[in-house]
Amino acid sequence: MPSTRITEADGSAGHGAAAARPWFRRMRWRGYGPLLGLVLLCVVGTALNPDFATWDNWVNVLARTSFIGIIAIGMCFVIVTGGIDLSVGSMAALIAGGEILLMNSLATSLGSPVAVIALGMVFAIVLGGLFGIAHGLLITRGRIEPFIVTLGTLGIFRALLTWLADGGVITLDGMLSDSYGPVYYATPLGLQVPVWVFAATAFAGAVLLNRTTFGRYVKAIGSNEQVARYAAVDVGQVKLLAYGLLGACVGIATLLYVPRLGSASPTTGLLWELEAIAAVIIGGTSFRGGSGSIAGTVTGAILLSVIGNVLDLTSIISVYLNAAVQGVVIIVVALLQRRRT
Amino acid sequence: MRKTESDHLTRRHLLAAGVALAAMSALAAPPARADDAVNLGVSIPAATHGFTAGIVWWANKAKKDLEQAHPGLKITVRTAAGAPQQADQLQDLTIVTKINALVVFPFESAALTQPVAQVKKRGVYVTVVDRGLSDTSAQDAYIAGDNTAFGRIPAEYIAKKYGGSADVVSLRGIPTTLDTERWNAFTGALKASPNVKILDGKYANWNRDDAFKVMQDYLTRFKKIDVVWAADDDMAVGVLKAIQQAKRTDIKEVFGGAGAKDIVKAIKDGSNPLLQADVSYSPKFIYDAIKMTAEARLKGDKLPPTYIIPSVLITRENAAEYYFPDSPY
Repeated sequence: MPSTRITEADGSAGHGAAAARPWFRRMRWRGYGPLLGLVLLCVVGTALNPDFATWDNWVNVLARTSFIGIIAIGMCFVIVTGGIDLSVGSMAALIAGGEILLMNSLATSLGSPVAVIALGMVFAIVLGGLFGIAHGLLITRGRIEPFIVTLGTLGIFRALLTWLADGGVITLDGMLSDSYGPVYYATPLGLQVPVWVFAATAFAGAVLLNRTTFGRYVKAIGSNEQVARYAAVDVGQVKLLAYGLLGACVGIATLLYVPRLGSASPTTGLLWELEAIAAVIIGGTSFRGGSGSIAGTVTGAILLSVIGNVLDLTSIISVYLNAAVQGVVIIVVALLQRRRT
Repeated sequence: MRKTESDHLTRRHLLAAGVALAAMSALAAPPARADDAVNLGVSIPAATHGFTAGIVWWANKAKKDLEQAHPGLKITVRTAAGAPQQADQLQDLTIVTKINALVVFPFESAALTQPVAQVKKRGVYVTVVDRGLSDTSAQDAYIAGDNTAFGRIPAEYIAKKYGGSADVVSLRGIPTTLDTERWNAFTGALKASPNVKILDGKYANWNRDDAFKVMQDYLTRFKKIDVVWAADDDMAVGVLKAIQQAKRTDIKEVFGGAGAKDIVKAIKDGSNPLLQADVSYSPKFIYDAIKMTAEARLKGDKLPPTYIIPSVLITRENAAEYYFPDSPY
């Protein structure tokens, strides 16, 4: 695989050394494919229902995108290393359940709800990071394909949550729910908290991927793991960190998700993995790894939720065809992107 | 309420009828195994959402209660994540566990007709629950909730309560025949009240999060909504949150469905003005089905070929009867 990748790779850009001329240009176009798709979709959406272009609607769309978006940013790193994580939706569900159970039990011993919530939030990020590192260890030390490792944990995480919930719902205690609510619903400077966190995560992700040694190593491993190894990159450690980072992103997304409904159930985070992976790939990151774009990932995530939003705001198409419309838009955007590169 | 009493009455009548029927056809009915033991298999969907979690919980409760009450009874509960797995489990139950009676809640009608027919061919007494098979000769008895009433009751309730005039938005579950049946019953019953307008009905997958999103978009799109038919109590939770976030005051009522314990409790306590009524479609019917089948087979009896468990309007007056605090649903 690695040896064929070198020859195939000049079609997929990101190979700084291999294709010096068009590299820079290609990277710029990459962001435009999904952006163009998004703009077109917004024009169509506004034409179909002027309410689409209202501020309130955009706040809703951005807030609901933020969970998938934050996870997709972490996923982008993992995919750039040439890996994948199928478990993120189940992981989010298990973290949500664990966080709620912890907070409920702390509420009686610890008096202040603020302290309980702070601890719960830290717990979510740490637990996510640990899950990610466990994936990384199984993949690097255990030498198991990431697809298999995370397919396994996909089942494990969700089953554990279902078991903890006795098949039903884990609900946050009423008083805590009220104090935790603002973490999702509050609107500092006109935007909901998750949107700000999403923006901050995207910014940090972009800096990390494009401006740091870690980011360069991530790309190097994705383009050719063997060469990266020869270049004295600690491949195992970088991968471990990439999976850990994704886990922490899942933790952040979850701590923002929990206050929305104040509950976790076996349907929490269902199919989030597909949405997150789709956002990354629509955004122009190569599935084979080696290169990726955070801006594209963010655009891809927003695009995915805008499709659903436009469909909800109109009823010209039979509801039975909604999934087909989503499929068509995704493929068209992918085509736009190929044309541009 | 009158309606529930009649519900109990019909149930008692039916059981009595069943006993009488069995007495008459005692010779015709295949007797239970020589050692008089009933080895009952229960095949149900795995707990993937609130309702199926309720099914699993009630099935296990039936096992516990009935095995305690009847020493000659053995119940094996198997949960399946999909139709193919369920078919495999049916085979295992017949060949390995050697069941002589089966209560099955099929994932899909068509896909499981043949596997169930195979079980019956081996002399196992088969009770099918909730989703009917495409070939009814593969079953001895059929016990189901009333999906038509699930859609019709809220429609009639809304039409009556709002004087035949209201703007309604509704949510749908997952595209399945079950959902379509409910939807058709709902829209069909509202044809009699042309001034009750159904503004739209979108799928939210019987899921709180999707219901939250769809409701947010409805709130953006429609400036005046009187009633939300959430069509499921899980979805009602998401709907209520979206309304609360948007601080909309035009919505008078949210009608869920199935009788989840939190919603029934809210109706009972009157703790949320938006929640005033619900329609029962309790996963408890699996408990009733197992109990009816086990007790009939222990006596060597048969069940009536079809038994529809009625869906009942739950309001503040009768909510206490439908509140099961121990069940996960």
